[in-house]
Amino acid sequence: MDHEFLLSQSDGRPMYQQIMEQIKWRITAGEWEPGFKLPSIRELAVSTLVSVITVKRAYQELESEGVIFTRQGKGSFVAEVDDLGRRLQEEELELKMAEVLEMARSLGMDDHEFIKRLRDMADAKKRGN
Amino acid sequence: MNDQAAVQIHGVNKSYPHFSLSGINLDVSRGSIMGFIGPNGAGKSTTLRIIMGLVRPDSGTVSVLGRDIPREQVSAKWRIGFASEDMRLYQAATLAWHMAFVQSLYTDWDADYAARLVKLFDLRTDQKIKGMSHGQRVKSGLLLILARRPQLLILDEPTTGLDPVARREVLNELMEVLADDDRTILFSSHNTKDVEQLSDTITFIDRGRIISSQDKEVFMESWRRIRFEAPADFRLPDLPGTTESHVKGRFASLVTCRFNPDLTDRLQQCGARIHAVERLTLEEIFVAEVMRSREGGQS
Repeated sequence: MDHEFLLSQSDGRPMYQQIMEQIKWRITAGEWEPGFKLPSIRELAVSTLVSVITVKRAYQELESEGVIFTRQGKGSFVAEVDDLGRRLQEEELELKMAEVLEMARSLGMDDHEFIKRLRDMADAKKRGN
Repeated sequence: MNDQAAVQIHGVNKSYPHFSLSGINLDVSRGSIMGFIGPNGAGKSTTLRIIMGLVRPDSGTVSVLGRDIPREQVSAKWRIGFASEDMRLYQAATLAWHMAFVQSLYTDWDADYAARLVKLFDLRTDQKIKGMSHGQRVKSGLLLILARRPQLLILDEPTTGLDPVARREVLNELMEVLADDDRTILFSSHNTKDVEQLSDTITFIDRGRIISSQDKEVFMESWRRIRFEAPADFRLPDLPGTTESHVKGRFASLVTCRFNPDLTDRLQQCGARIHAVERLTLEEIFVAEVMRSREGGQS
């Protein structure tokens, strides 16, 4: 079975995070719907050429985030949550927002100034369209 | 005896005039891949040879697939595939001759799989060993072992000297072995990239001693390099697990083998501004572990 996961050794992030991200992509794209049975840990390890423990780690983290669930002896499945794809995208957005906010603060910009700049940018984009 | 273990070594010692293995303990669980990393001359090959019953330890116990080594090595070896750099194939014979020879010895020989491997490894069965390149010889040797479908593969430097394409072909087939969750691989290497990608557990050996053996994820999670900006009067607090630190003017960094988020909090309390918390590659971890072990051993 070919799952077409593309993992990169030169991507700075660890392999398990790359696997998590690719699984989330498939869920947000609607390719893997709620209740979809994921490949077994071993299958995915063999097809992506990474160790079993790395895939196991990715599955465990996804499970603790509520993205997938595991039935003993049956395998792992995409969580049966409404709008899971949307939720994942919003979570990613929030992470990026937090990153940008952190950067603004480290430049000594106060939050009001930062929000004003963001609003100006949004307005400018709107006018541009 | 733990029957989840494919290989169990306990308290093994072996002395040579100019080298000794001391206090070797090793557990390889069934269905896993263990990468065995060490500098040249660290004792990797000797350890693998002890597991194969080719070298008799001075003391300690070795058990492989539930068999006591060297006493029960003959019955264990039916289910082990061992490949090393100095593996001898008959120079004047063809690959086909070798395949027929191994097939006549091992009843588990899988002829279909062997034929598939010939294609995957891009080999020709009518070619004589002496006319082969290094890569072709390594792949031929592996083919002869893999097609027996052994429960345990012990590979001494399987990817050394291979070009990137041959390396990929070999690594692909090693992973294929693991599709069956009862089969185990123990391979030595000084290529940390291969080990980092494939292994479930990693063991570091240096100067005849095992300096560390853990789940790969544990290794990767516990080491970090922290870069930070330090105020003028900054003094590095005593942080357990710090293996290395540099403070040059305002720019400072430290490497820790016991990372947790409290560490960055402590640094911030001392006035540091954290710039980055970076993971180390397995190669960096390996070098740091070796240096630490050598310093510890000398003091």
